[in-house]
Amino acid sequence: MNDTSFEPSCPLPAIEKKTVQLAHGGGGRLMRDLIQEVFVHAFDNPLLSLLHDGATWPVEKGTLAFTTDSYVVRPLFFPGGDIGRLAVYGTVNDLAMCGAKPLYLSAGFILEEGLSLDVLRQVVTSMAEAARAAGVSIITGDTKVVDRGKGDGIFINTAGIGVVPPGVCLSPQMVQPGDAILISGDVGSHGVAVLSVREGLAFAGEVQSDSAPLHGVVEDLIVSGVEIHCLRDLTRGGLASALNEIAEAAGVGIVIDEMAIPVLDPVRGACELLGLDPLYVANEGRFVAMVPASQIEPALAVMRRHAVSGKAALIGSVSDRCSPPVILRTVVGTNRILDLLSGEQLPRIC
Amino acid sequence: MKYVDEFRDRAVVTALAERIKQTVSRPWTIMEVCGGQTHSIVRFGLDELLPKNLTLVHGPGCPVCVTPVSLIDDAVRLARQPGVILCSFGDMLRVPGSQGDLFGAKAEGADVRIIYSPLDALELARVNPHRQVVCFAVGFETTAPPWAMAVVQAKTMGLPNFSLLVAHVLVPPAMEAILSSPQNRIQGFLAAGHVCTVMGYEDYEAIAARYRVPIVVTGFEPVDVLEGIAMVVGQLEEGRAEVENQYVRSVSREGNRQAQAVVDEVFEPSSRIWRGIGEIPRSGLRIKSAYAEFDATVRFRDVLAQYGPAAQEHPECQSGLVLQGLLKPPDCPAFGTRCTPERPLGAPMVSSEGACSAYYRYRKSGAG
Repeated sequence: MNDTSFEPSCPLPAIEKKTVQLAHGGGGRLMRDLIQEVFVHAFDNPLLSLLHDGATWPVEKGTLAFTTDSYVVRPLFFPGGDIGRLAVYGTVNDLAMCGAKPLYLSAGFILEEGLSLDVLRQVVTSMAEAARAAGVSIITGDTKVVDRGKGDGIFINTAGIGVVPPGVCLSPQMVQPGDAILISGDVGSHGVAVLSVREGLAFAGEVQSDSAPLHGVVEDLIVSGVEIHCLRDLTRGGLASALNEIAEAAGVGIVIDEMAIPVLDPVRGACELLGLDPLYVANEGRFVAMVPASQIEPALAVMRRHAVSGKAALIGSVSDRCSPPVILRTVVGTNRILDLLSGEQLPRIC
Repeated sequence: MKYVDEFRDRAVVTALAERIKQTVSRPWTIMEVCGGQTHSIVRFGLDELLPKNLTLVHGPGCPVCVTPVSLIDDAVRLARQPGVILCSFGDMLRVPGSQGDLFGAKAEGADVRIIYSPLDALELARVNPHRQVVCFAVGFETTAPPWAMAVVQAKTMGLPNFSLLVAHVLVPPAMEAILSSPQNRIQGFLAAGHVCTVMGYEDYEAIAARYRVPIVVTGFEPVDVLEGIAMVVGQLEEGRAEVENQYVRSVSREGNRQAQAVVDEVFEPSSRIWRGIGEIPRSGLRIKSAYAEFDATVRFRDVLAQYGPAAQEHPECQSGLVLQGLLKPPDCPAFGTRCTPERPLGAPMVSSEGACSAYYRYRKSGAG
């Protein structure tokens, strides 16, 4: 971008604006200042600093993994996280589930006119911290501003690229009857944490989101030589939906032991009161691993070395194809199906 | 977790199931009144643990399910009124009326809010003085006190923009309607623990005596439900027909007198149409004339009067038979085919306490 000596009159320098305005997405000086002062400043890395239409870098031989996700959450900040962290960790985790080492992210922002610039800075700072923690660089991006009332503060899209080490192939197609199903930790905390602040539920106030990057433990599993057939992070729809998706894609059945699934007491309590099932509640830092039975102990040992998966547990096993595909052995010892939900869970009347 | 884990204890559950097996000497049919109990039974597979000659029948105790199409249509119409915020518990939003559901109205631009407590609605009315906040007050005796309290507070606060579309129903008249039906096959009841927490169980003593049926006030956890069943079966085998209380940690004979008083202050019994069942005298609640300004059917009389006669249920939906215990959900020809949670014919397929929803979610068929 070449600056000219001619400076058109400008009412106020961008730095003095307190809120996002339509002009911040208009392609002019305000947008340039926003990009420089907020995004480039926070994400600081050589590829981004070039401010070209796209980022370029040399590639090595091997397999690339590529993923994208969009992030909308209300409120933007919640106990244990915020939309910025989600936007980085969510995409990093999707790459990790492919067995990839995450390298680069893009970040697309849709900002609502009137959003506080302080809020935007907080979110962007949080993204930058999360990217550092996950060892990735945010190397290209985009900003649009929509009219007030046409957005919900901030929407973020991130796409990510990673490299899968030679010989690693994780996919539902690898899953076989007899495989064990391991979970990396307790379920439901993220969904309850967000719900508690969104709806002002005082009784669930102590619950923190589980939002966390999972690439470290995955890399350790691979480097340690643990044989893994498939990984899946648990996001919307929770554990139940993830298991159904895997069973369907792999053409197998799954049997899960309800007693073995870790759920924190405050999460269970909130779910009991609201009539929600924690197995369907969203997570942002949990995954399941399908491994051969011989790998249960080594896998759990590696997982428990990492804080994000310190409470890893064996929760079930893969069986031959059956319909419906996922069976839950209940706490009282009976069996029932664990189905996909039709829509969102809704709080009950009494 | 205290008050949950001990009531889901596998050893206790197994022992209770064994006790029931030992007690039952011939076929019995028991109805659990409350949809919460139905879900517990199906979710935990408790019926699998019972002897084959003991039949559990699911009752009408799902307030969402028994709310007639006409009232849901009224709620949708009010939600579509300019300036109205329609508040509802989440359960109600997917229930189909003849003109779609409240989620559909929301998608078309209506301001429909899910609330967790009547006090949330009161606060909405306070902070939105230029909007009309209409609450779809649905429930049994359990949720009537907080709605009544909200009306009392609205009057105290002088809120001119708060009203209730009342769809409240009462359990004892529905039990009597079932027992007095010529088709009745129910020999004993698990009464709804939460309803009795508010109302006590004195009213049930007359029913037990008049119809010669044992009634056991029962909780919702697996141990509660099985213990309630064991107590009903014990009475049946001994030829007794009394009211007993399994849910002693929550229910007393007289109930919560303060809660009853505030309900009496605001509401009075009225005739009510139950979805799929029909009209049952004195089985609903309506707002007393002293609080008529908070009655949405009064405040919006002119709006609601514009519409024609009340719509009918979907002709293929057999929810009336399901709600009276005359049909098990999987035996309905439309179950899981023409009626699913995505495209429901009736409320029991979408309500979290609906029997059809419980079977669809946890069983897909009646076979277990």
